[in-house]
Amino acid sequence: MLSRTADHLFWMNRYTERAENTARLLDVNYQTSLLPQSAAAAQAGWQGLLSISELLPSYKAKHDAITAADVMHFMVRDETNPSSIVSCLSAARENARAVRGTLTTEVWETLNQTWLEVKRMLKAGEFEADPSQFFEWVKFRSHLSRGVTVGTMLMDEALHFMRLGTFLERADNTARLVDVKFHAVESDFFGAASDKDQEYDFYHWSAILRSVSGFEVYRKVYRDVIKPERVAELLILRPDMPRSLHASLNEVVGNLQMVANDQSRETERRAGKLRAELQFGRIDEILATGLHAYLTQFLDRVNDLGNHISRDFLILPSA
Amino acid sequence: MQKFDEMYTQLPYDFFSGGKQIRAHYSLYDAWLARQPGDTMAKRRAEAEVIFRRVGITFAVYGDKDEDGAGTERLIPFDLIPRIIPAHEWQALERGLTQRVNALNRFIHDIYHDQEILKAGHIAREQIERNAQFRPEMMGVDVPNQVYSQISGIDIVRAPDAQGKGEYYVLEDNLRVPSGVSYMLEDRKMMMRLFPELFAMHRVAPIAHYPDLLLETLRESSPATTAEPTVVVLTPGMYNSAYFEHAFLAQQMGVELVEGQDLFVKDNFCYMRTTRGPQRVDVIYRRVDDDFLDPKVFRPTSTLGCAGLLDVYRAGHINICNGVGTGVADDKSIYPYVPKMIEFYLGEKPILNNVPTYMGRNKDDLAYMLAHMKELVVKEVHGAGGYGMLVGPASTAAEVEEFKKVVAANPSGYIAQPTLSLSSCPTFVESGIAPRHIDLRPYVLSGKGVQMVPGGLTRVALKEGSLVVNSSQGGGTKDTWILEN
Repeated sequence: MLSRTADHLFWMNRYTERAENTARLLDVNYQTSLLPQSAAAAQAGWQGLLSISELLPSYKAKHDAITAADVMHFMVRDETNPSSIVSCLSAARENARAVRGTLTTEVWETLNQTWLEVKRMLKAGEFEADPSQFFEWVKFRSHLSRGVTVGTMLMDEALHFMRLGTFLERADNTARLVDVKFHAVESDFFGAASDKDQEYDFYHWSAILRSVSGFEVYRKVYRDVIKPERVAELLILRPDMPRSLHASLNEVVGNLQMVANDQSRETERRAGKLRAELQFGRIDEILATGLHAYLTQFLDRVNDLGNHISRDFLILPSA
Repeated sequence: MQKFDEMYTQLPYDFFSGGKQIRAHYSLYDAWLARQPGDTMAKRRAEAEVIFRRVGITFAVYGDKDEDGAGTERLIPFDLIPRIIPAHEWQALERGLTQRVNALNRFIHDIYHDQEILKAGHIAREQIERNAQFRPEMMGVDVPNQVYSQISGIDIVRAPDAQGKGEYYVLEDNLRVPSGVSYMLEDRKMMMRLFPELFAMHRVAPIAHYPDLLLETLRESSPATTAEPTVVVLTPGMYNSAYFEHAFLAQQMGVELVEGQDLFVKDNFCYMRTTRGPQRVDVIYRRVDDDFLDPKVFRPTSTLGCAGLLDVYRAGHINICNGVGTGVADDKSIYPYVPKMIEFYLGEKPILNNVPTYMGRNKDDLAYMLAHMKELVVKEVHGAGGYGMLVGPASTAAEVEEFKKVVAANPSGYIAQPTLSLSSCPTFVESGIAPRHIDLRPYVLSGKGVQMVPGGLTRVALKEGSLVVNSSQGGGTKDTWILEN
């Protein structure tokens, strides 16, 4: 396969996954903001969202205050923000267009239709009319692209590069989500003092779980009240939780093995090592060394993997 | 001026004639159309538009922005009413096309080798050597099958002859990178989707195997003796107006769609960069003009091609389709000589008609052109896409006078032809069903032999009275049916 083609496929899926995770994140924040909470807490929520995406500076360049409406506008429909949902869906579609011959008709039409629809919906004001409905739609379009990909694509290199993109992006996004949400309550992480706080905790943690479709999963796995360290364990270490770091890394390692070439040994080793640490890691150890530090380091290593994949497979070597 | 319509024996159509004025091969269609409720066509057209947009069958328009200022993608206007040609007419066309393309390939080979036709005095040497499309780099270079134009788009119109009978004429030969074949295929798919009942009623010759024939032709054109030659499609990239077609053809053939940056030359072979390292390329179906192919030989600033490619080609280590330098044969100044070529190389009488052509470089012709410009269509010999031309009868006296000056200043740069009354075909436009002018571009494939699918792309000038069918000038397309008996 052409290196350039592999690059487009990889990024096409990264952008699709990023759009989905941004929608998830915005939705949980929006839902939480409907609960009674202080203005400061609400603002902290929106600010946290911007900072995990590393978008606080570019947001502040355009807006004076952090308000729900402005942040959502910036993260959904601002085309100058490369991480906004509309930018991601459009970048996914542009990448698909560049390699449409490599995709099945169904995959191409799904991405093209998503792009046509999102433009129409934003123009018609459908997002503002019902944000939750819109986020739900973004999520389902992403489910659809993934489904149509595994349901129709030949299981060859093209598919493996697409899957690599999906899961590398997911590992990154889930890590960021966990980081910001745990960061927000860092002060009273190990147990809340009052009943009021415990009640707040329930909504806080259940919102995080919902944002990764993990609420029912949590109940099923733990059969217990929601405890933060278990939420962290579920999202970081459980290999059977499809959006966890461990599950994502399993996919990264698996797909990497399928496309391995003469120069990718080191990349495979690094991915394998990162996966092994998740496989044999324990949540109490991670929490003892500090969750934020752990996740920061994890994000660096995911980023490093991305660079290595580019170097080994995607960037055109000079003749 | 005498009009000739594809569907009706005379225009304007008399609706009370009881169907006697319908040409036989349109009678079933006409009866079907008469049975449709009034809004059928409008509904189906809306449906077609939604599908085209979702499938992404678009062409880019240079310098245009859509209403959001975001994109430059336009749908090609597609007309719902098919253009129907009876099988016996097509059989004659097919014989004529095979003959013509064979002669053109012989001519290009001759020009880059012994130049017998120049030595015999049939064409002036300067007409070849002063032609910007003549590539001296190609002199003495042997190409597989001695074929230069593997894919030829021959533009054909139908117009009344001296007796007022409809007759086919070749208007132009396109031997560089003729485009539009994807629309031919997509138009058919769309028609079958919108009007399955019409295909049940008619025996329409299928065309969907075109990509197979194209791949076969390209493989036959491989210089290597390998059993599995590697074929690629070379595109200028996704912002090119015909990108959809490039991607479509690559996908339909199951070959890689490459850009210049994906290719490189090493030890006089051409390779593409893949995730598993370099892979050798045997045949390039290029959709990039000669000028951009190799920055070492042609335009040095081009990034659309691959440096060193021409050396590989000249060494016989790769084939480029269509070949480099085919433009020497599809020029409007060479067009008048094609009947002569057929006689000279094949010893046969030309089957297809040329349109009578006045050449500005001949004194007598020039005088005639200047005196009768109001009745003529005057074309720049190197012009394309409907630019740089004058349609005499449709122009004002001032425009004609202005063009006379242009032609007088550079006579050999122009040719003129009588204004043909291109045949019309009923077309679904804003005001309902009305006659619009059409042409036909069959795609002729030359590998070890000559093959083509029945029919081709019918282009239609959507503006009332217009004779310009190019998509860049508001032209549309129609499905073309060769109706088997």
